[in-house]
Amino acid sequence: MIQQKIREIARELLTKKEVDLIIGFGEGTLPLRTTPRFMRNAEKTDRLIWNSFCENNLAVYLPKFSRFKVGLVVKGCDARSAVALSLEKRFKADQLFLIGVPCQRMVDRRKVKRAVRGEILQAREEEGILYIKGDGFETKLNREDFLYSSCQVCIHRTPLQANVLVDDPVEEYPLTEIHPEISAFEKRSSEERWRFFEKETSRCIRCYACREACPMCYCAECFVDSSRPKWIEKGLNSSDLQFYHVVRAYHQTGRCSGCGACERACPMEIRLTYLTQKLNQEVKERFGFETGIDRDAPPPLATFEAEDKQEFIK
Amino acid sequence: MEANWEPKILAFLCNWCSYAGADLAGTSRIQYPPNIRVIRVPCSGRINPLFVLKALQGGIDGVLVSGCHPGDCHYLSGNYVGRRKSATLKRFLEYLGIEVGRVQFSWVSAAEGGKFSQVIEEVTQDIRRLGPAKQFRKRSDEFGVQSSE
Repeated sequence: MIQQKIREIARELLTKKEVDLIIGFGEGTLPLRTTPRFMRNAEKTDRLIWNSFCENNLAVYLPKFSRFKVGLVVKGCDARSAVALSLEKRFKADQLFLIGVPCQRMVDRRKVKRAVRGEILQAREEEGILYIKGDGFETKLNREDFLYSSCQVCIHRTPLQANVLVDDPVEEYPLTEIHPEISAFEKRSSEERWRFFEKETSRCIRCYACREACPMCYCAECFVDSSRPKWIEKGLNSSDLQFYHVVRAYHQTGRCSGCGACERACPMEIRLTYLTQKLNQEVKERFGFETGIDRDAPPPLATFEAEDKQEFIK
Repeated sequence: MEANWEPKILAFLCNWCSYAGADLAGTSRIQYPPNIRVIRVPCSGRINPLFVLKALQGGIDGVLVSGCHPGDCHYLSGNYVGRRKSATLKRFLEYLGIEVGRVQFSWVSAAEGGKFSQVIEEVTQDIRRLGPAKQFRKRSDEFGVQSSE
């Protein structure tokens, strides 16, 4: 079982002092939630779990722990973020031990909540079925019907960059194709697309949960905090909300692993992955680059080719 | 839309090629639409995508970024780096729903006074056709906006 394997590896790493710290997932305080766990003692490794609610990208903690040797539990996307961070020199490659879990795709807790009536008090998972018990109801849900949309288009679910894999690699295929999802959106008129973006960002409360959840958002001074030049204000006027989301997504160009942590963290349930997915697609088509796949490929916006396409330039 | 609306276009011109090309258009007395406001930058690679967005926020109807031809950059590779940024920015803005043609890019050399005026003609026509920019516009009647903005 994956959970058992993770605990064994973590225990071994800590006992042999191959790492100073293990970062993994533990039981959350609420149903359908897990929580990041940090442990330095081998005895604590029994608290590590693995299930379909391990949705966080734990690579977000790497820049903070760059002085330590860290053992990190990663899915495919998390491993790619770790590689991207290492490319940006946030972390030395030998300071990191990746415990790779081939990912079965994560369950969207919001979809589950919407599918039941009443407060969920208990949730458990067994053999692909979610058993949900709540205030006056008990129901069974098919796990495959409740996956995150960013997981459905993922084609790198096995963390091949990991030092060890706790299970056999999964067969890579997108559940729904990336391009039809983006191209379906692109078929809509520009007014419709703008209205969608406007509507989504109008709910933003500038809590920056998206920024905090994202492993690539580690800037000491974020552009929102800049006062010279002051790009945007702190208030909630719609132009600044739009500016914030355009730029946060754009700053991920060539860096985003598509983990979806931003969208999952948002308390207002704003659609965010549709932005970064488009940029990832552009970068792949134009520059042949995918985040975190090739350790030696330079960041696409930090380099160039003489023959880059310039069909858009007069 | 007011009857007397004229496009307000911001042109970021690289100092060594496009700005000089614009100068040449001027000294050659070539007529081109007066709708552009020029910002001289050292290189097209200096353009931070946030400049373009800030311009649209402030009420600019169209943005042009113009630099040296590939291979002719005064700083050797600035325009190549700028080209990648420009490509990703343009596609992203169009995906979001900003009208195609609001943000445009060109290569104009210091000897191309004629081309410069032609580019301005085309861009101005495109923006005139698109109408005043409504997206991103920062409105002073919304709460949280400083009156000086």
